[in-house]
Amino acid sequence: MATGAIYALAALGFTLLWQASGTINFATGEFVMLPAFSMLAFQALGLPLLASFALTLVVATAVLGYGFKRAIVDPMRKYGVMPLVVATIGLALIMRSGVQLSFGAQALPFQNIFGYEVFSFAGVNVSAGDLGTLAVTLVVVLGLQAFLQRTVTGRAMQAVAQNTESAEVLGIRVNRMIFYTFAINAMLATLAALLVTPLYLAKFDMGITLGLKAFLAAIIGGFNNSRGALLGGVIIGVSENLLGAYVSSAYKDGAALALFMLVILFKPNGLLGAPTERKV
Amino acid sequence: MKAVKQWKQHILAGGVALAILGLGAPAFAADTVKIAEVVELTGPGATAGTNFKNGADLAIKEINAAGGILGRQIVTTSADTQTNPGIAKGLAQKAIDDDAFAVFGPVFSGSIMVSMATTEAAKVPNFIGGEAAAITEKGNPYVFRTSLTQADAMPKVARYLDGRKDINSIAVIFVNNDFGKGGRDAIIEALKSTHVKVVADVSTSTGQVDFSSAVLKAKQSNADAIFAYLNEEESARLLRELKKQGWDKPVIGETTLTGQKVIDLAGPAAEGAIAHVGLTVDAPLPGLKKFSTDFQKAYGYVSDHNGIKGYTAAYILKAAIEKAGKFDRELVAKTLHGIHISAKDHPGVLMDVSIDDKGDLDRESFLVQVVDGRQKVTEILPPLGRK
Repeated sequence: MATGAIYALAALGFTLLWQASGTINFATGEFVMLPAFSMLAFQALGLPLLASFALTLVVATAVLGYGFKRAIVDPMRKYGVMPLVVATIGLALIMRSGVQLSFGAQALPFQNIFGYEVFSFAGVNVSAGDLGTLAVTLVVVLGLQAFLQRTVTGRAMQAVAQNTESAEVLGIRVNRMIFYTFAINAMLATLAALLVTPLYLAKFDMGITLGLKAFLAAIIGGFNNSRGALLGGVIIGVSENLLGAYVSSAYKDGAALALFMLVILFKPNGLLGAPTERKV
Repeated sequence: MKAVKQWKQHILAGGVALAILGLGAPAFAADTVKIAEVVELTGPGATAGTNFKNGADLAIKEINAAGGILGRQIVTTSADTQTNPGIAKGLAQKAIDDDAFAVFGPVFSGSIMVSMATTEAAKVPNFIGGEAAAITEKGNPYVFRTSLTQADAMPKVARYLDGRKDINSIAVIFVNNDFGKGGRDAIIEALKSTHVKVVADVSTSTGQVDFSSAVLKAKQSNADAIFAYLNEEESARLLRELKKQGWDKPVIGETTLTGQKVIDLAGPAAEGAIAHVGLTVDAPLPGLKKFSTDFQKAYGYVSDHNGIKGYTAAYILKAAIEKAGKFDRELVAKTLHGIHISAKDHPGVLMDVSIDDKGDLDRESFLVQVVDGRQKVTEILPPLGRK
């Protein structure tokens, strides 16, 4: 479940950006990788992990939130989804190469914020890392849901996601709401980096697998539903581990793809996704 | 008039061509010898390849400072295989086209299996870092190991496990590439003659990041210990996952499991891991101690076994060329088969080493345990030739 929770955090970024701006960000994995190296850089300057995380949240919001929106999404959006998809694939390559040049190609260790303590509940061993990851993800997803549904800003963001033109007529500052979505996405990626890097190790290509799994999780759960991302992530994480443990770990990576195919065949909008109409 | 003009043009063109040839040729004049490094600098093999290259570069710098080989300075070229066998083959061909006297690398067995046919066809000595038994079973007379083969190392691990009366069953976790499969086959075969039973056989993939299901499977088997045989980064991730899932039984491996890079990446999760290693900078041998200090001074980190492989490869080649007496690739390859090089006469080889007619080498090896973030040698094992 902890594995799935990490997929869910990254998948949440996919669904948020899609809902707010029609952007499919294929650099999602790299959006997790870059904050990991940012935290390492701050730690190399002598800062503790938590302070590095806090500073990285600010940097990520500026670079992966504002910078990404202004430099890539805003100029490309008018050309439709596909050019933007290609642009984010290109961005992913640039980010990987940049980190490889700056930090080298070898993996680097990353501190585990929750430590290595293992607790035993009714004969089942659970690590502090797994508990922490699950708890943090749950709090973040529930908090995000509450923010989107119970605050004026959150509702305005949803209004923009549902119908940009109507939202503009109602006086909502559309551009600002879209930026908020990008900022939230950047912060979620930073949080995912904090949770996943101790196990994945910090490496320039660490985002490739994560990005793919998050994309599949978002589709399985429903691309236009944030709770769907959580569900999709957990389903993939749990089925991967069940398949790996009870059948063979050789098939583990196929679990997400098999689920993806089943969902596309029988429930194309995803498990929690709603059908959307398209203007022609 | 026209004929004179054409004649002048030919003279001019010929002059330019001669000038180009004349300027180009001296770059690799007779006072140098070229070694091409074809190694994994990116991809899953980056740790292994970078260490191998750094070790070789350190040795070559020392050899050049001491006058080179038979008076010739060594020049090197370095190319990144990206841990991709196809690219490794192409780069091996490029090294041959560039007239390399010898090729160093690759380190990953899967790449070697593909690239070594190219160096064999060109009759170029090829010092490799791979440990898969199959490499030297193909009868290639130009491929030479820089470490023990799995076929020699695994019986030593099995003998150690047989001596552990607290271990009756074991889960084997291996990486599903040429290196991992070769090691898995060798350890399972070697364990057949012991009291230890293999109760789980868990395959993982190159570059795998999540080892939770592999560890779950090992735990479900109720094995008394885990034998882990993966590449460096995957070993570190496995150790972290084992620690996370509260695994408190012995974790035993061969070479990569307790490499310094793995220890650095795994942190406290590596504590207590046991391995048979062919090479370690923590061995109580003066040559290895000096190498460790020099390497750390040059690159700012502690070398793993791959650094020692690259370093000793350069000195083994030097010893063979000096014994052959001339820069003749075929003669040097023939000289290497059956050679015995003593560390007393050639300190750069660090330990006495023998190479057999297949290109496999034999020398002392070590049993180590990770204690306080370093390998601690618990036993020195004799070369197989000495038994």
